[in-house]
This record gives sequence, C-alpha cells and structure tokens, in this order.
Amino acid sequence: MTLFNLFGKKTFAHGIHPEEYKANTKEKATRRLPFAPEIIVPLAQSIGKPAKSIVFKGQQVTRGEVIAEADGFMSVPIHSPVTGQVKSIDIVMTATGEKTPAITITTSLSSGQLILESDIQQDYLRLSRAELIQAVKNTGIVGLGGAAFPTHVKMTVPNDRDIHTILVNGCECEPFLTTDHRVMLENIEQLLLGIRIAMKCVDAPKAIIGIEDNKLDVLAAIQPHLPDDGSISIEAIETKYPQGAEKMLAYSLLGIEIPSGGLPSEVGLAIFNVATLAEIGALLPSGHGLVDRIITITGDTVEKSGNYLTPIGTPIRYLLEYAGVNAQEIELILGGPMMGMPIQSLDVPITKATGGLLVLDKHATEQDDISPCIKCTQCLQACPILLNPAELGQLAAKRRYDIMEEDFHLNDCFECGACSYVCPSNIPLVQYFRIAKTLNRERHLQDG
Amino acid sequence: MAKPSLKIDLRTSPYIRKAPSVPQIMRNVVYALLPIAAYAVYQFGISALALMCTTILACIATESLFSHLANKKNTIADFSAVVTGLLLGMTLPAGFPLWMGAVAGFTAIAMGKTLFGGLGFNVFNPALVGRAFIQAAFPVSITTWTPALATDRFIEFIPSTLALPFMKPLATAEWSTQVAIDGFTGATPLSLMKFQGIITDSYDLFLGSIAGSTGETSSLLILICGAYLVARKMLDWRIPAAVLFGAAVTSEFFYLIDPSHYPSPAFMLCSGGLMFAAVFMASDMVASPVTPLGIFVFGCLVGFLTIIIRLFGGLTEAVMYAILFANAATPIIESYTQPRIYGARKKVQEKS
Repeated sequence: MTLFNLFGKKTFAHGIHPEEYKANTKEKATRRLPFAPEIIVPLAQSIGKPAKSIVFKGQQVTRGEVIAEADGFMSVPIHSPVTGQVKSIDIVMTATGEKTPAITITTSLSSGQLILESDIQQDYLRLSRAELIQAVKNTGIVGLGGAAFPTHVKMTVPNDRDIHTILVNGCECEPFLTTDHRVMLENIEQLLLGIRIAMKCVDAPKAIIGIEDNKLDVLAAIQPHLPDDGSISIEAIETKYPQGAEKMLAYSLLGIEIPSGGLPSEVGLAIFNVATLAEIGALLPSGHGLVDRIITITGDTVEKSGNYLTPIGTPIRYLLEYAGVNAQEIELILGGPMMGMPIQSLDVPITKATGGLLVLDKHATEQDDISPCIKCTQCLQACPILLNPAELGQLAAKRRYDIMEEDFHLNDCFECGACSYVCPSNIPLVQYFRIAKTLNRERHLQDG
Repeated sequence: MAKPSLKIDLRTSPYIRKAPSVPQIMRNVVYALLPIAAYAVYQFGISALALMCTTILACIATESLFSHLANKKNTIADFSAVVTGLLLGMTLPAGFPLWMGAVAGFTAIAMGKTLFGGLGFNVFNPALVGRAFIQAAFPVSITTWTPALATDRFIEFIPSTLALPFMKPLATAEWSTQVAIDGFTGATPLSLMKFQGIITDSYDLFLGSIAGSTGETSSLLILICGAYLVARKMLDWRIPAAVLFGAAVTSEFFYLIDPSHYPSPAFMLCSGGLMFAAVFMASDMVASPVTPLGIFVFGCLVGFLTIIIRLFGGLTEAVMYAILFANAATPIIESYTQPRIYGARKKVQEKS
C-alpha cells in the first residue's frame, strides 16, 4: 500500500475531491466580531465531564476570569468570554438539540472588554512536563479541529508509549472552511511556540506540520521561521478529502496506519490541530484562558463572509445578523459541509469546537429521492478506511446492526461522508451508520 | 438580516454531494449502446431495427405492468428497462422473429428483475435471463444467423422476422444464399470453428464484417463505446478487463498445448460476443461483486468458463451461461473477498 506514496504526491488510498469553495474567505484576514449583548456559555463544551460553575447569579465577571472549573482529569475549566454580569445559570438548548446547563452573561456595554491581566508568567522551558500539562489544562483548551477532546488528556501519554513524532494537522480538508489556513498565515510565531510546548509535553523529538497542497502560501510563509535543527518541518500533501482525518494524515505523511480502535500513541504519534497549538502558544506563556476562537462564516448568500475572531458563547443569531444573510430559505451548518452539524435553533451559542458557520441555499442542497443500491462500487472506491459501505448500507436497511459491527467493521467508520457524497442512488449511508452505531451502543449497555 | 420568517431546513451531513443519478447512468449506457445499435442496423437492415425496438418496448411495457400490479411508482423513468431491452435485442440474431423477441423482453423483466424486487435486487443480469429463457424455448430460431450486408436489407425484412406468434418461422437458408454477397453462409465464426474447423481471420472479427447476433459483431466499436462509459466513470473497467484477461489466459493455455486444434486467444476474444458481453453484460453493476478482489475473481471466472464451455461444451455461444453462473456465484465471491480495512489488526482478521 505504501506504493501510493512512491509515485507522485504523498497521500492515502481512496477519498474524494469535492469542490473547495474556499476562495470566498481564504484571502480575508481574520477580523474581530463585536461582542454580542448576551453570551451563553455551556458548561459542557468538550468530550469528558462538564465544568463546574463557580459563579452566582448577578455576579460581575471579567473577560478571561475562570467562571467554571474543571471537574476531574477529563475536564477543562471555562473562562468568561466577556466582561459583564451573570444573568442566569440555567438549562439551555445547544446546537445539537441537547439541553445542557450554561452560564448566561449580559455583556457590559461600558467595559472595554480587556482581558483580565494574569500575574502568572510561564516559561515553558523552566516547567516540568507535569507542570506544563497542568498549565495547558488551565488554559481550558480542547481540540479546536472539531472533536473538542481535552488537549491535556491527549498530552498525557501512558508511560509505556514512546512518542516519536508530533503531527500538526493543518490540512483543513473540509470544503468552505479557512480558519486553519488563516491561523497558519497570521499566527506563525504562536504556532511554533505551541508546537515546542507540545513537543515537550509528550517528549517528542520531531514535529511535522502537514498541509494540503492547496495552501502553498502557508508553506512559503512558515518555512523561513522553522528551526535550523530540523526538529520541526512542514510538508504539503495531496488536496483530497478527508486528508485532515488523523488516520489519513498519519498514513499520508509517514506511511503509518493507526490500528483499528487504537490511539495514535500506540504507533508513537501525537496529532494536534494547528489552531489548538497556536492557541496554546498564545495563551500559555501569560497564563490566559481560551475566550475566543476563529470561525469561518461563509456561504453564497452571506453578505460579509470571512473569518471572525469570535467570543465563545456568541449566539448564532447574532453572528448571522452581523454577517448578513440574503435568503429566505437556508440550511445552517456548524462546521463543514461534509461532517458538520445541522443547527436546530438560532438561539444557540457557538462553542470551543465550532470551526465554521455555513449558510447553504436550501435549493442548492435539495436532494432527489432515494433509489435502490445498484452496487456501482463508487462508495467502496471512496471510503478512506476501505470499508464496504454498499454492504453496510444493505445490512442497515435490514437492521442487521450486529453483523455490521462484527463482520463489516462499522466502528472503524468515522463518518467522513465520502460514501454518501458519491452515491448515485442518494442513499444516506452515513446517517444509517450513525443510527446503527447508536443502537449498537444502547444494546451493549443493556447487555452490560 | 436573519428575518424571523427565515426557514431553516434540517438534514444530516454531508450536505453537499456530487454524483450522477441512477437515471443519468442508465441514460449514458443507452447513449453508449446507440452507435453499436446503429452499426447493427447498417449491417442487418430494418430487421435488426425492428427487433431492438420490439425488445425495448416489451421491457418497458412489462416494467410498467409490474409496477402497476405492485402498486408502486412506475420505475420506467430510471431507464434501466430500456438498457435491458436494448442489451437483449443486441444479443439476438437479426432475423429473430419479433414475437419471440417480445417474449424474451417480457421474461427478462418479469423473471429476471421484478421477481427479485426490481432494480438493485436482481441476482442475474435481466437481459441474459431473457435470452437464456428463449434459448431453451426457441433453440432453432436463436441459432439461425443470417448474413450481414445482405442486398435490399434496408427495404426488406428477413423472412423469419415477421413470423406470426406461435407459428414456425420461415426457413431462411434459401433466402440467405440469395441475398448474401460472395457466398456468405451466415454461420458464425464460432460455429465455423467448432463444427467445420474453419478459423475466421481475427482482423475481420475485430472490425465486425461477419455474421452474428445484432450487436456483437464489431469488437472495435464495442471497445470505443465502452471507453466512453469508462471515461464518464459509469462503467467499472475492472470487470471487462478481468473477463478478457481470464479468457485470454485460459485460451492461451490451450493454444500452447495444441495450436492446431485450439484457436488462438485473439480469435477467442473477438468472436461470439465475448467482447460485447465483457463490456456491457458482465459489467452489470447489480449482479457483480463490489469488492475489489471479488471483481477480479468474478471477471476471471466469466472468462475462464466462457472458453471452457466453448471448447468442451455442446454450445457455441458460451459467454451467456458463463455470466449467469458467475452472477449466481457473486454472493459467495463477495463473502470471501471483503477488503482489508485501514489499520486492521491481526486478531480481527483471523476472526472474520
């Protein structure tokens, strides 16, 4: 299989080439979004346990102040994104339709929204590994690529595993999104500092920044800043979806396969998103917390599309009003068009995991009816994990979810959507697989 | 401005898609078959045209009828019945009686397709089911070939074409000798090879100036039309390639043993509709495997069986049965050729 890498560009097997739709926003420098009059900060913004609120109703909070602290190892603290007054601590709706507790803050209009000055000055070189990982946790950072996995947990490598390389994921293979692209152009110093911090945390001698070859301007911009000892390098790999998936990136850059059901650390890798490391580089030295993130707001009907530095907790209605949408019927997606989540209400906040807000014209996305599978094998030729989506789809239609898992590797599917993208019969394969996984999980819970 | 009246549509990812629809694929298969059909009409005249029209109409009518009986949406708009009808018509001799062609079309759709649940669920290639049925029902008519390029072929039907239903068609032997140019007998290259030991020149086979079923005579034209579909990504090139590979290897094996007794691979590949079957019949997506290794095994099996049946069986037109057999073997081929997934662990592999 490594033959793929011997000829031409570095890449992985299969995958698809969707249209990029990035031209609209990739040249636009990141701008700050104004502060919304009301900010909703859910306590559960990452994988793991929700944070515990430490504020009370009516309390004055300052931007950057800790308002909820980590509850155990698999949890991160949350900092106030704005200066203002706590309006309520209540159950709110989130983008996924779930209801979770959240702190709602009324933004103080008279405040200049300066970040609370921290008196901690941290030099990562002087800190021990354990102290450094604790410092990472204190920034409240989670994987900003979309998974929202607490970064300090990823950095805590088991003792029996030796990390030889850090992969810095700058592929941004989802169409429409350009935040990582802008981060790599605008925050190079912070990114490199973040990479060095991560290298120390996991004790890795080497780091490779992987980008798709549609972002060669990044390559040119970063190369002069790289250290002479070659410990950090940058490589352009083929522009192909889903190049930014961990498993694909590891294979494209190094020819290493991450074992089924395993973590990258099993094969000596630690993989971080560029935006995550750039934030660590920006926040950690001064002891600050994560209060903003960059979001791409884009779509054909968006008047002011672009990349916005947005306070976490900004309601989507505010974002849309600011950017301006010129349509009657739209489809709203948090994240990219291949793996993003549909939004059920405008009054939900963006969270640490939100990378983009995509406004699609409804008529552009309308679909035909589903027809039967004609076994054209397009999905088999698209699946980056080399699964058999055609067979899985047929089994799903028969509700044989157990066989899907046991014999057809259902749990290796990471729902990239390539199979649904190429299906001439319009079969919502990924949706079937999600349902199957959920029902399997429930069944396993019942079985104990 | 996000107006209060703004309507939001909810779906799940992915939100963008880019794929030709099933009707588009089927339509393109029809387009690809049209030049071959036109060449057939040029060779065999209005009889071939009438025959292909009959099979297509029979297929469409049958599909409509069964959709109606099953209280389902009429599925003729997906063009798959047209493809079946056209393919079926092309595998029949030009002088095949029209009423028998209609029976073949009915059988193809009724027994080959709707019985299994319609498009996507058929175990066998429907066109070949129809042909297999009439091969058993009308063994004489389906092996009565008339010469190509007959004089007056554009104004006069071949006598057997207009036979009345359930009547024995007129014999064509006498007519054939009258119209044929330079003593053309109308025997196909395969029957010449099998029964008279005459090997037709492979070059003639390749270009198509020979007798045979309507659509199968010009290998060159078939390859060009197949290439069009491959370029549009509507035909999986791996199946025809594997079929031809399987047939070439098998016939080469026998040719090496005894060149005087067994025909050369080039003759085998270009004769008897193997090319047509490899490109347009074996590659029927629904009835062939989906796994990469399975596709190769399937194709080789078709090629291998074709040669074996031709050389050692009682029939000359072997490829039809080879494909039907391989269609039947598809599920078992698939179950043994599931792809190795990314990051598969040793233990998992042993288990499955």
